Amino acid sequence: MIELSHIDRHFQVGDQLVKALDDVTLHIGAGEYVSIMGPSGSGKSTLLNLIGLLDRPTAGRYRLEGTDVTALSDVEQARVRNSQIGFVFQMFHLVPRLTAAENVELPLLLAGMAAEERRPRVDAALEALGMADRAHHKPEQLSGGQRQRVAIARATITEPRVLLADEPTGNLDHKSGGDVIAILEGLVDAGITLIMVTHDPAMGGRARRQLKMMDGRLASDETGGPDDTA
Amino acid sequence: MTLHSADVARFSWRALIGYPARTLLMLVAMAIGVGSVVVLTALGEGARGYVTGEFASLGTNLVVVLPGRSETAGVNPGAMFGETPRDLTLDDALALTRSGRVRRVAPLNVGSVSVSYGPRSRDVVMLGSTAEMLPVRHWTMAQGSFLRVSDIDRALPVAVLGQTVRDELFGAERALGEWLRIGDRRFRVIGILESQGRSIGVDTDETIIIPVAAAQQLLNTRSLFRILVEARSREDIEPVRDFVEATIAERHQGEKDVTVVTQDAVLSTFDDILGALTLAVGGIAAISLAVAGILIMNVMLVAVSERTAEIGLLKAIGATPRQILLLILAEASLLSLLGALLGLAVGQASAFGLRLALPILPAYPPNWVIAVVVAIAMVTGVVFSLLPARNAARLDPVLALSRR
Ligand SMILES: Nc1ncnc2c1ncn2[C@@H]1O[C@H](COP(=O)(O)OP(=O)(O)OP(=O)(O)O)[C@@H](O)[C@H]1O
Ligand SMILES: [Mg+2]
Repeated sequence: MIELSHIDRHFQVGDQLVKALDDVTLHIGAGEYVSIMGPSGSGKSTLLNLIGLLDRPTAGRYRLEGTDVTALSDVEQARVRNSQIGFVFQMFHLVPRLTAAENVELPLLLAGMAAEERRPRVDAALEALGMADRAHHKPEQLSGGQRQRVAIARATITEPRVLLADEPTGNLDHKSGGDVIAILEGLVDAGITLIMVTHDPAMGGRARRQLKMMDGRLASDETGGPDDTA
Repeated sequence: MTLHSADVARFSWRALIGYPARTLLMLVAMAIGVGSVVVLTALGEGARGYVTGEFASLGTNLVVVLPGRSETAGVNPGAMFGETPRDLTLDDALALTRSGRVRRVAPLNVGSVSVSYGPRSRDVVMLGSTAEMLPVRHWTMAQGSFLRVSDIDRALPVAVLGQTVRDELFGAERALGEWLRIGDRRFRVIGILESQGRSIGVDTDETIIIPVAAAQQLLNTRSLFRILVEARSREDIEPVRDFVEATIAERHQGEKDVTVVTQDAVLSTFDDILGALTLAVGGIAAISLAVAGILIMNVMLVAVSERTAEIGLLKAIGATPRQILLLILAEASLLSLLGALLGLAVGQASAFGLRLALPILPAYPPNWVIAVVVAIAMVTGVVFSLLPARNAARLDPVLALSRR
């Protein structure tokens, strides 16, 4: 469902050309569980942002579910992000003045869904992540793990096909990081396509398919099993 | 992907209460701007209302004849520079009654005299006039009667007193029918004027009114200070003015040596001046709105940069540039509206305080000013937020999200 062909993403920094992505060709099927690892600066986030339509490639073609999304307008891309892609960030990126429920509600609100229709879906999403009793708490009143669960609820509220996670456990302790991974893997079991950037080899190793990046290129693409992480 | 307006309003509202210091600052700036426009125009309108009210209390449809040909004559017409104008006489006044458009003519002499009753004596303003003066000036009597209708040149020894004069000369005693002295002459008190409140020029409470012929004898003059001519209607004012000028010129061997002032002209001049003043003052106050606008722009720019990550997040979860623009502008509009409403409340309260402190001043802000100032506040808020909102809408989500 995700087809990247010969993708370049170059940045001009002063008189230097930074090749954040260099001729990346990658196919990811529906329902896959993919981890992306690699040293800092190797282009992992750039790749994820590109897949998530937050960024446009300098060259190459990107087809999502058969449509060439690089040709879409800003508004059309926003619509695709809203309905087909969910993001989970290392920094959570919850709106601090809104409650957990209001944060989860945002994608539906932007989609123009009526308030009465949104409420039961938000309640169900929070319930599913064990956050029902925190629905009216502000982010500052929640622990890191709880915040990330709210962020996951927000990312999945529009029932997207693809979930993109950029170091989702990077700001969490081992225990709550494990909880978050378990939640994400539960979503994979339910059929979502999960692409997760991580520095932690143990976590990356859990994914069925493991990509390694180096200097903007795909260095390896291995399909293993979760079994080899003990 | 159309946002519901209730959602937009709620989101903006949450943003406002989420940053109370910033919101309060902008509200105050807006409120000061709007409030000062409201209170200053109220003040200007009050002054205008006061002056027009005062003029109206002088009489209706008045045409005033002054000796001397000067727009500003009246202080001391006998001593105009250069030429000595011909006197205005009682005969002139009589001649002015001969028009169907003229309802009443009241000649007027004014002088300062010493009045005494028994041992008590007092300096007062003496008015010499005729029976017509009462209706021309809309005066009313408290006791007795005003000057009776009689030949204009009969110096009857009768006097009408103002309230203060009566009190000071007679105290608790009965004044009607008593004889008092003005100079070396004796006058019988035939009436007491009702207190008229203050009116431009004369405080009737401080005056004594006697027949014009008697006043001329006391002042030893044959010339009048003024002739007040009352036209039958508003439409008659201009014809009466022409009639007065023609009649006096004819009687003064073709010399146009009097100044004829219509109350309308004076009134509309004052009206114009004070109206312009109100606009000017309101305009200056409106500049503070522009200042508020610039403040709004700065604060919104800061708000956008403070909320870079939030805007990036909104984009990541599917907000279009237009939706971002809409949200920021809605926030600014809401802020402007609240600021304007607060300013209106402050302005109206100040105007109310002004009316309490100065009851003679009808200090009400005009309705159109209220409408305009709210509109200006809203437009200012939105216009000055366009730049910050566009910055937000154009924000690169990747950069916005990676900032810490
Ligand atoms: N907006 C930008 N302008 C210039 N250079 C950029 C920009 N964004 C990324 N880069 C460069 O592109 C390269 C890849 O960056 P990227 O953020 O994708 O790395 P990463 O693999 O996610 O690293 P990390 O593990 O530290 O998050 C880096 O060299 C980075 O400096
Ligand atoms: Mg990264």
